[in-house]
Amino acid sequence: MPQTGLKVSVMDSTPVTTAFVEIDKVRLRYLEGDGLALEQTSMTIAKGEFIAVVGPSGCGKSTLLKLVSGLIRPTEGKVRVDRQEVAGPLKIVGMAFQNPTLLPWRTTLDNVLLPLEIVQPHRSNLRRQRKAFEEKAMALLSSVGLAGCEKKFPWELSGGMQQRASLCRALIHEPDLMMLDEPFAALDAFTREELWDVLQGLWMTRRFTVLLVTHDLREAAYLADTIYVMSKRPGRILVRYDNVLPRPRNQEMTFRQDFGDLVHELKGHIRTVRAA
Amino acid sequence: MSRSRFNAVHHAPWVASVGLFVIWELGVRVSGMPEYILPSPSAALAAAWTFREAIWMHAEQTMITTLGGFLIAVIFGVILGAAVGSSRIIYSALNPILIGFNSVPKIAVVPILVMWFGIGGIPAVLTAFLISFFPIVANVATGLATLEPELQDVLRSLGASRLDILRKVGFPRSLPYFFTSLKVAVTLAFVGSVMSETVAANVGMGYLMMSASSKFNVPLVFAGLLVIAVMGIVMYGIFSLLENRWTKWAVRGARSA
Ligand SMILES: Nc1ncnc2c1ncn2[C@@H]1O[C@H](COP(=O)(O)OP(=O)(O)O)[C@@H](O)[C@H]1O
Ligand SMILES: [Mg+2]
Repeated sequence: MPQTGLKVSVMDSTPVTTAFVEIDKVRLRYLEGDGLALEQTSMTIAKGEFIAVVGPSGCGKSTLLKLVSGLIRPTEGKVRVDRQEVAGPLKIVGMAFQNPTLLPWRTTLDNVLLPLEIVQPHRSNLRRQRKAFEEKAMALLSSVGLAGCEKKFPWELSGGMQQRASLCRALIHEPDLMMLDEPFAALDAFTREELWDVLQGLWMTRRFTVLLVTHDLREAAYLADTIYVMSKRPGRILVRYDNVLPRPRNQEMTFRQDFGDLVHELKGHIRTVRAA
Repeated sequence: MSRSRFNAVHHAPWVASVGLFVIWELGVRVSGMPEYILPSPSAALAAAWTFREAIWMHAEQTMITTLGGFLIAVIFGVILGAAVGSSRIIYSALNPILIGFNSVPKIAVVPILVMWFGIGGIPAVLTAFLISFFPIVANVATGLATLEPELQDVLRSLGASRLDILRKVGFPRSLPYFFTSLKVAVTLAFVGSVMSETVAANVGMGYLMMSASSKFNVPLVFAGLLVIAVMGIVMYGIFSLLENRWTKWAVRGARSA
């Protein structure tokens, strides 16, 4: 079988020299007396790397994202971002979820501008630079195919359009880290694959670091540089794949043998994990 | 919605109200019910016209005490609702007290207020306040407490403070809940003020009806009830209009359906 996804055992995954995110022997227990949600987990993510985490539902994928964003603290072990230990919510993070969570009383443009009303130093400059900020938001909206929608309210947009707007909101303050928790899971197949290209395009021009949680193995194979497979609860990283498919990836590639093989192999892992 | 259905929906409240009065009128006439037990609506309206000056004066007083109590309820209710809705500790600390307080019949509180403040407008204002703040607290708190956790994560990861989250998301989001509670609260405020005026005042609709009934002027009692009902409907209507104006985004479903 031609090896496209290079399987790397977790043990000898040598730390990348340019580690941007380091998860170091982390365990997490939500409540005293509860079982572990996350069993000893380690991973390193290089700056600008696009990683995907796949695993059965309830295995701790969202938990992992919250740990890296600093929304929760590990019970044991350390999380470092940019060599600093994470002690509280990081401000260099953009987030998007399955539910677009746009505010229904704000127009699409005002929704995208929300982070600039909160994050410093933009917040203090908001009044003076409102015009410039709006132009930036409009440019971002048109780069995801939402030109002309800026005055519409979220409920006037389709699910796919709302998710595009949600990506814009996650990116407007130019975060170094993107946390995407099953962002395309609620969309139909056509819209979802369109958005893969939108996301890949944004990532290739801006090169932020991405943690993508997904249960769609094709999505992971299409988008990620590195794919981690997690066990069922308590979550642990079982295998890591270096996905060497060339970029930019396109819809044609998904019909190629090597893409199919990678997805197939991931599928095999998930099946054994679920049966375990 | 088709045009004819729209018209039907539009006219239904008038048809129902007029129908009620017609049935009431016919019922009284056909059964020959004596006026001192149940006067006909026409008799009540005639009494309202005869005593229009007195009614106007008393209604004005009731309106002022009601709105006074309601205003205090809004201020107090929003502050307390914000506290209860944004802190789990405050919620668990105050919840039993609030429920206990809301269960006490406010008529039982009136004598205490009279002891403290004497007979007159102040007990009426305070009773209106006490009876109407609870729905405001409950609704504002619900609006704040039901924020989507993902949205909170988005905001917290941007470094938003508690106050930021309240201002940007919490308050706008609880606005529809707030307006719903205002409609309920303002009608309750009338209940409170009239109740207090009935036992402890020399002016106001409650006092007017009490003194009319002691003189066996039953049509005037019913005239008083009708006036209070109309004041309640008008205030409810005003808050409905404000609600439609300011929280259009929340009622869009009902409209497009
Ligand atoms: N706030 C919480 N309190 C207690 N348990 C939680 C909490 N959040 C998640 N869990 C539990 O931790 C486990 C992992 O959750 P999560 O990270 O959301 O899984 P995934 O995103 O992989 O589906 C689940 O079993 C879930 O029930
Ligand atoms: Mg999840």
